[in-house]
Amino acid sequence: MSSPDPKDPSQKPTTAIPTLAQAASERKATERSSVLKRIRQTSPPSSRLPDDTFRLLIFLAAASVFAIVVFVVWELFDKSRLSLHQFGIAFFYGRDWDPVNDQFGALPFIYGTLVSSFLALLLAVPLSVGVAVYVTEMCPIRLRAIISFLVELLAAIPSVIYGLWGIFVLAPLLREYVQPFLAKALGWTGLFTGPAYGIGMLAAGIVLAIMVVPIVASITREVLVAVPQNQREAVLALGATRWEMIRMGVLRNARIGIVGGVILGLGRALGETMAVTMVIGNRPEISKSLFAPGYTMASVIANEFTEATGDLYLSALVEIGLALFLVTLVVNALARLLVWSITGGSSGRVRA
Amino acid sequence: MGVGIEVRGLNAYYGKLLALKSIDMTVAPNQVTAVIGPSGCGKSTFVRCLNRMHETIPEARAEGTVIVGDMNVYDNDPVEVRRRIGMVFQKPNPFPTMSIYGNVAAGLKLNGFRNRKLIDELVERSLKLAALWDEVKDELHKKSGASLSGGQQQRLCIARSLAVEPDILLMDEPASALDPISTSKIEELIFQLKQHYTVVIVTHNMQQAARVAEFTGFFLMGSLIEYEKTEKIFTTPSDKRTEDYITGRFG
Amino acid sequence: MPNATSVAKPKLVSWFRRALNQGSSAFALASAVLVIVPLLAIFVYLLLKGIGALNWAFLTQAPKPVGETGGGMANAIVGSGLILGLASIVGIPLGIGCGIYLAEYAKGRLGDIVRFTADVLNGVPSIVIGISVYSLIVLRQKHFSALSGGVALAIMMIPTVARATEEMLLMVPNNIREAALGLGIPKWRTTISISLRTASAGVITGCMLAFARVAGETAPLLFTAFGNQFWNLNPDQPTAALPLQVYVYAISPFDEWHKQAWAGSLILIIMIVAAVAAVRITTSRGKLKGVS
Repeated sequence: MSSPDPKDPSQKPTTAIPTLAQAASERKATERSSVLKRIRQTSPPSSRLPDDTFRLLIFLAAASVFAIVVFVVWELFDKSRLSLHQFGIAFFYGRDWDPVNDQFGALPFIYGTLVSSFLALLLAVPLSVGVAVYVTEMCPIRLRAIISFLVELLAAIPSVIYGLWGIFVLAPLLREYVQPFLAKALGWTGLFTGPAYGIGMLAAGIVLAIMVVPIVASITREVLVAVPQNQREAVLALGATRWEMIRMGVLRNARIGIVGGVILGLGRALGETMAVTMVIGNRPEISKSLFAPGYTMASVIANEFTEATGDLYLSALVEIGLALFLVTLVVNALARLLVWSITGGSSGRVRA
Repeated sequence: MGVGIEVRGLNAYYGKLLALKSIDMTVAPNQVTAVIGPSGCGKSTFVRCLNRMHETIPEARAEGTVIVGDMNVYDNDPVEVRRRIGMVFQKPNPFPTMSIYGNVAAGLKLNGFRNRKLIDELVERSLKLAALWDEVKDELHKKSGASLSGGQQQRLCIARSLAVEPDILLMDEPASALDPISTSKIEELIFQLKQHYTVVIVTHNMQQAARVAEFTGFFLMGSLIEYEKTEKIFTTPSDKRTEDYITGRFG
Repeated sequence: MPNATSVAKPKLVSWFRRALNQGSSAFALASAVLVIVPLLAIFVYLLLKGIGALNWAFLTQAPKPVGETGGGMANAIVGSGLILGLASIVGIPLGIGCGIYLAEYAKGRLGDIVRFTADVLNGVPSIVIGISVYSLIVLRQKHFSALSGGVALAIMMIPTVARATEEMLLMVPNNIREAALGLGIPKWRTTISISLRTASAGVITGCMLAFARVAGETAPLLFTAFGNQFWNLNPDQPTAALPLQVYVYAISPFDEWHKQAWAGSLILIIMIVAAVAAVRITTSRGKLKGVS
């Protein structure tokens, strides 16, 4: 039956008298619905049990993640109890690391970790922001994907390989060319004095910087892209050069996210073990010069854990591990908070 | 005081697509000109060619002559051009990380103004010109640019553009994202601004054009079909296409 | 209406601003170059030094005693395979399960806690995980083992796999699930055969990336798998691993071993780059199988 055409005055809506065909189709409809009713009434093979089992398994998987973190924390606290008890807070500002006489002070390692990480950030952050700005604002479109890919590839290189390269390529380079130059030009600062071994704090800082760049660069890139286009236009329309547009319209808006990325890079640098161990010299000294060898928290654990004779020795090392854990925990949490506030939600894109 | 605009043979391209076809237009100083037309006719493109914003889009370019006052727009450094020509966008875009004061002063700081007292004066002057001063004068430094209402944000953007003392002011559908009360405030503002500036305003609202503009240009498919006194265009248009658009047969 | 005659007209675009503009462009370009240079340098050195030491003996033999030339890292390659296999068996199912939980079953608060926990786990330095697994397994068993190494690596894989799984599952359009449920398919079946299958490409990607990441990890193996100069296929014994062997050789005083360290690194990097490249090529990021 065709629907009435509102513009045609001749067709007036009337209550229709059901035709025979109509009645037949209506009957069919009620037959269909009663069939459906019967279908619904016979319940399918019960899927209650498999559903609940699956649900339980899945929940256990998720709970296992939670359990793992709990057990990590528990083991750290448990095995460091001896040392915590023995040295208390003095552990963290003691300068003597003397396994022979059971004297354990962690200050040299804390110093080494902080200095190497700080140096790494000093070098990495300008480079990372520079690369990110280049890729998002200046680069010809065709190059964009290639450069991003190359930067991400840096993140895929394992730590040992950075260490290997550090020992046999970077260290000789530093020893022969860079360190003498720095000693001559900037030796007066006190930062570049002492024999040039090649390996040492400077080498560690440089290697760490290279490892941190991909993280900071990719997060910076994400937050730069998130800045809306109309902000850039607003600045341009006021008569700004391209750099000024980037500074005022893009970087300014992305500030918080960039800081988050930097802090995330810091988290990575603090926990980095192998590459640093291979180039830092592994001597528990506190020295102003960047040429001097040093020792980080992660390195001392890596080097001495399997050689640790005595429970106190082991416990001291675990305590260092505990400290490392807590510091990276705080730093990473802070970083995530900052980055999420800009990109609005998880930016946990799967990264190599 | 405002200056005049002279456009001769303006062509604009998006890649290979010719979006504006040989536009000729003359705007007198202190005149408000409305640019109307259906979606996609090129009116935004036209206005963005005047201050060389069009070419910031990848693969976009423009040819022809545009003379604003004594400045040949396409012969000069685009940064200088944009400094001398102000632009207000469709969606208000204040800088969210800056205060109200910071927003208005942004253009000034960019251009090397350092004198704090001078900037204070100019900020106050611009906010008064934009009819926003009374509403925000107590919170200049405390409130961020983005915390204002839509209509206020747009007036803030107007103040920001005016602070650097442009020769002309371009407005790309400045009120289309606003409620009717804010819209009428903006229209009042335009009416007053024309004492000091030459204004070109893109609008899809013909009544708005009739209310604020002395001259109106009708664009269709990249060409300037008719450019006349507003009264004349809306009462006795010369071209049939204009008439069709005005009477709502399309667009 | 205030008097609008100009208060002061400054000089327009100064040379300083222009210089700054040029300078910053140059800096950005220089940064890009400076960042790419070490990458290229590392790869070039790996190739040059690694290829030289790569020979058939290297790929098939275990290390010779100290001081003798020859021998290889075959035991380490196989050992890595064993440890990574164990890690995958444990880590991937747990990771996928966790991801399914976050995407399909978690409600509000609980889901946030789990997600946060996974993120925390992701950020724990790998050496600390090594300490914990040492404590849990090695101390109790009183010996090192491939198993403990596998567990340590599994713990590191889980957050990555879980994240990837969750993201991919969230991208599966809801109407597909509803269609399945509407047909009377039970939820568990829907999740596996419909949602997971649709998201499979992305989930596999996530697993491969997690695998590539832990394949190069050394620190957690230092006191779990510990390493071994000989062949070992017994998961309950200390086992050699490629990155571990590279480390030991690199810090040794023997030239022969240094050469082999380069060769081992070359193999390691080939494996990892192959995995990353395969991921990039076969699945453009975020693409779901069967969904246009």
